[in-house]
Amino acid sequence: MTVHLSRNDQQMLDGHFGPGCQMAMRIVVRLAEACGVTELMDVTQAHIDGCGLLSESSLLFAETLAGKGAKVSIPTTLSMGPLDLQNWRKFNIDSSFAQKAIRQGRAYESMGCIPTWTCAPYQSYLTPRFGQQIAWGESNAVVYANSVLGARTNRYADFHDICAAITGRVPRCGLHLHENRKGQVLFQITDIPAEAMQGDDFYSALGYLIGVRTLNQIPIIVGMSAGVTGDNLKALGAAAASSGSVMLFHAVGITPEAATLDQACHGDKPRQVIEVTPQDIQRARSELSTAAKTEHLDAVILGCPHFSFDEFRQLAECIRTSQAEHIAPETRFIVKTSRTSYSLIQHNKMLDLFEGFGVEITLDTCVFHTPLLGPGTKVIMTNSGKCAYYAPGELGVRVAFGSMRQCVDSAVRGCV
Amino acid sequence: MIENGKPIHLQARAVIPGSAQGEALVTNSPLSFWGGICSETGEIIDRRHDKSGEIVTGKIFVFPNGRGSSTSSAILLECIRAGTAPAAIINSQVDSAMALGSIVADELYGKSVPVLLLSDEDFSGLCDGDFVHINPDGRIDISRQRRDPNGSQ
Repeated sequence: MTVHLSRNDQQMLDGHFGPGCQMAMRIVVRLAEACGVTELMDVTQAHIDGCGLLSESSLLFAETLAGKGAKVSIPTTLSMGPLDLQNWRKFNIDSSFAQKAIRQGRAYESMGCIPTWTCAPYQSYLTPRFGQQIAWGESNAVVYANSVLGARTNRYADFHDICAAITGRVPRCGLHLHENRKGQVLFQITDIPAEAMQGDDFYSALGYLIGVRTLNQIPIIVGMSAGVTGDNLKALGAAAASSGSVMLFHAVGITPEAATLDQACHGDKPRQVIEVTPQDIQRARSELSTAAKTEHLDAVILGCPHFSFDEFRQLAECIRTSQAEHIAPETRFIVKTSRTSYSLIQHNKMLDLFEGFGVEITLDTCVFHTPLLGPGTKVIMTNSGKCAYYAPGELGVRVAFGSMRQCVDSAVRGCV
Repeated sequence: MIENGKPIHLQARAVIPGSAQGEALVTNSPLSFWGGICSETGEIIDRRHDKSGEIVTGKIFVFPNGRGSSTSSAILLECIRAGTAPAAIINSQVDSAMALGSIVADELYGKSVPVLLLSDEDFSGLCDGDFVHINPDGRIDISRQRRDPNGSQ
């Protein structure tokens, strides 16, 4: 199968724009061939996830491209990296790991990427517009961009993302095309009172359940409270992209391609209708937990995806109403965020409150990619469906899932 | 499906062409390589997956498609570098992350893992423990041991 190349594509492939661009274009074309796609198309913005994981091969890849002089040709943001670039010494990160992480970061920055270092770029900088064709990596960012913003992207795997950013070209397929964005499975929220939909953990549980039930189809949600926030949709999408392969959901009356059910289904009927009852949500919550109640709690982990200013404000409220001075001595409380959100809380009294309570704030990174937790960490707690889903395998810990308030209360007691 | 030691043949699309042989490790559950496979050991570490604890290294790893994370390509690449990768991957849906991990391994290290795509029907014919031989044109030869009447294989 031959991929149709424009004159400019051919020139990139022939090395007219340097060996870095040539290598990136070769990967784009080989991948299009492998996936059976014959046409390429333009994208006008990229978000790189390949900068997140540090391994010998990921570092070699980044330094090879950068060493060949590759530069991004479209505005490109960076997802979280393997290191808190400012505070890593404070967190006792091994120095040889840190030096490699810094090299990998430099390679991406030298290619012209914007050092946003966040997995929630849609709450940070350079938010894509409705209908914009983009090439984003990081599964939670992809589902948010497609669903909540109405931008169009496939889930760009690590390495494809930077190649798309360098060439500005991607295979013309999948969610870039209107006809592939039709909602397929309808989730009808039934008998769940509006108050129950206000908790931050509700959306993680709902997203987990939707991911498990839809796998890689496109879900439509009916009956979600109109008061849903961007942070709620962030939690929902992140969980659905972890337990399933959800890259786009439509929430009727809430997301931009779903003013009505009819619009979400492109005039067709959904293939399947699934009722979501309070019992289903309860089951999802218990499936997300692998730790027993009253177990000693080693660490609370919040900010997966990265905490927003609003979430910091909610956390401050939870801490104030807990009336506790400090978390338990043998428990850590880690919040992951972006430089952008952190800069907003720096000029606010919240920071003193967090420090006094024992909250550790880490920027630019993620506990899954940086060795922040000691080997003695056995039990963690989180309000994130994504974190709860991956932690047992990636971190080798047991996990308790609960609301932000429950996380605060558990940290104060030192047990789940 | 022919059994009892006689080889059977399936035709797949060679997403990433190549030759390989080995024992099949088959699951019907999608798997994200990131959060799902340890690149140092080749172990399946997704504790919610039905093959949790199995080792993919050197196996013909048969799973329907990837799931979740966009970092799966980086894990496959690192598995190929570290020598913990499966001998080949067979999916029933195109998974660009698998193709990509293999393409980049070829670019950086001059080695890749064959990735094949089977129809749903042929995919469901593969079983754990089948001995699988993969040809560059996508033809798959399978030999299956006769099952012991006492139930063990």
